[in-house]
Amino acid sequence: MKQKFDVITSTCIPLPLENVDTDQIIPARFLKATDKKGFGENLFRDWRYNKDGSLKPDFVLNDPSYSGVILVAGKNFGSGSSREHAAWAIAGYGFRVVISSFFADIHKNNELNNFVLPVVVSEEFLQQLFASIAADHKTEVEVNLPAQTVTNKATGATEHFEINAYKKHCLINGLDDIDFLLENKDKIEAWEQQNK
Amino acid sequence: MNTLFDKIWDKHVVQIVEDGPTQLYIDRLYCHEVTSPQAFDGLRSRGLKCLRPQQIYCMPDHNTPTHDQDKPIVDPVSKKQVDTLAKNCEEFGLTHYGMLSPDNGIIHVVGPEKGLTLPGMTIVCGDSHTSTHGAVGAVAFGIGTSEVEMVMASQCILQQKPKSMRITINGKLGKGVVAKDVALYLMSKLTTSGATGYFVEYAGEVIENMSMEGRLTLCNLSIEMGARGGFIAPDNITFEYIKGKEFAPKGDEWDKAVEYWKTLRSGDDAVFDKELVFDGNDIEPRVTYGTNPGMGIGISESIPELQSIDEAGQASFSKSLSYMGFNAGEKLLGKPIDYVFLGACTNGRIEDFRAFASVVKGHKKADNVTAWLVPGSWAVDRQIRQEGLDIILQEAGFAIRQPGCSACLAMNDDKIPAGKYCVSTSNRNFEGRQGPGSRTILASPLVAAAAAITGVISDPRQFL
Repeated sequence: MKQKFDVITSTCIPLPLENVDTDQIIPARFLKATDKKGFGENLFRDWRYNKDGSLKPDFVLNDPSYSGVILVAGKNFGSGSSREHAAWAIAGYGFRVVISSFFADIHKNNELNNFVLPVVVSEEFLQQLFASIAADHKTEVEVNLPAQTVTNKATGATEHFEINAYKKHCLINGLDDIDFLLENKDKIEAWEQQNK
Repeated sequence: MNTLFDKIWDKHVVQIVEDGPTQLYIDRLYCHEVTSPQAFDGLRSRGLKCLRPQQIYCMPDHNTPTHDQDKPIVDPVSKKQVDTLAKNCEEFGLTHYGMLSPDNGIIHVVGPEKGLTLPGMTIVCGDSHTSTHGAVGAVAFGIGTSEVEMVMASQCILQQKPKSMRITINGKLGKGVVAKDVALYLMSKLTTSGATGYFVEYAGEVIENMSMEGRLTLCNLSIEMGARGGFIAPDNITFEYIKGKEFAPKGDEWDKAVEYWKTLRSGDDAVFDKELVFDGNDIEPRVTYGTNPGMGIGISESIPELQSIDEAGQASFSKSLSYMGFNAGEKLLGKPIDYVFLGACTNGRIEDFRAFASVVKGHKKADNVTAWLVPGSWAVDRQIRQEGLDIILQEAGFAIRQPGCSACLAMNDDKIPAGKYCVSTSNRNFEGRQGPGSRTILASPLVAAAAAITGVISDPRQFL
């Protein structure tokens, strides 16, 4: 899971729907595993497969003209349940980046904790990107984490995106929060002494 | 500045990471079986123990069947997840209220009713409805499994401090209008992302007059507006509710605690990042028509027309109505329904069962309706029987099932079949939430009860 980040250039998979909730990303009946493996197979399960397990040809993941490690989704992506299984499914499918104009809080943290980068862009940039991808399914996007920029290569449009310096450092160096917290055990005990 | 949220949050700050998040101390971690196994695995692979096992309480609720709990769980995958929690609790030395334990139930129902959830605390759980616990004046929020592991390992979490919002609801609620309707009203006003990035303090006359059960329902649904959490400053209603509970402070400790809890209020000079004011008199009993909780209307109103939705949202709106089998512009009153679900961490408390019973008393369940009544905990179940509500419900043709999350998210056998309509007191109407293809109409226990005896979506006020 701990994958180091730098610059990612890839074609995209577009999902121009708003309020995509984590129940759609991974339905509850697939949350019964006790490990983190295999969730990618059930990513967007009920949009992707018919009841009999056959593919729904209209869904974007089943359209071979689209590919890539960047998912582009409408605003308020990842709302609803806190299930980290949604982030495991996105990472497990092979996505490294999700671009949207707005993310739900808990899901955004879950992506970051699984080395999937949520990139928040303006609604205008997002809609232009959807249009570029619709016109040419092979449209590439460059996501440059060190520079904190995202570029639509079809139009050349570039935006700066926000990420806190601590999390950026973690992603670039493949570190997680537990590594950090364990180094700070004395501070935890000091807090307890003071407040108990 | 000087909001109640600031007071509780700031007291729990261990350190602020430079250009980064805050390291926040967590008083209480709750765990259920779905979002914890990978966290325990993580600890094992790093060779770690839980830093403060006595501050962690665990119980299975999502997978538990709502009948025959004395027999082994039939679904082997559900059984494994429930058994894994028990094993992990034993290995890591954590308190575990297993299935059939008289203490078991939905974690967000059990925490407050045992007095584990107290004012001024920071509380987290790998579950978005952790916001429920804010009702007693705690900072409580849902987290992911990596963060659960973080808290197990360090009793701390790294988080950006959210912004603060105050929602004031003045006036009085009309007949048949309850906390659930207030929450559904707020969600449709704010949308499911309107409070994202915020912690919400609920205030105003409506809140001051709201029972503890109502406050738990309201705070429970904060996440459905996108808010990380929602809370209410503790007052006499809170103290009365907590007093005497198993884990509540006793004797001198109680007096000291109440003295401190009384200081947990936003200052008169408090500045919120956002303030919203509503009038309780504007709210009527509500129902949802779409596939997110913000898609709701007053029970006498009509579904909006497509033209009234902004352009970027029209595709989602149309997809939603086609999934639900409804048309833009039509009313829901009188629409036939198939199932009724009373329960969940949203509406599985004693007051919810009292409300449901008050409507169905002296009536009969409609023949076309299958009703699942699921108490939120064994304690709620015991109270139902003590008050004789079980007799009223039974005479009206309703049976009471065993506690658990049940049809709220259908991880157990309680699945609404594809295409069927369920009037549900739960918290989410997402596609497939109550089973693949299921169609959920969110509502209060009163609206659910009226639907259960009429077989159609009905205004409960005619029965009150």
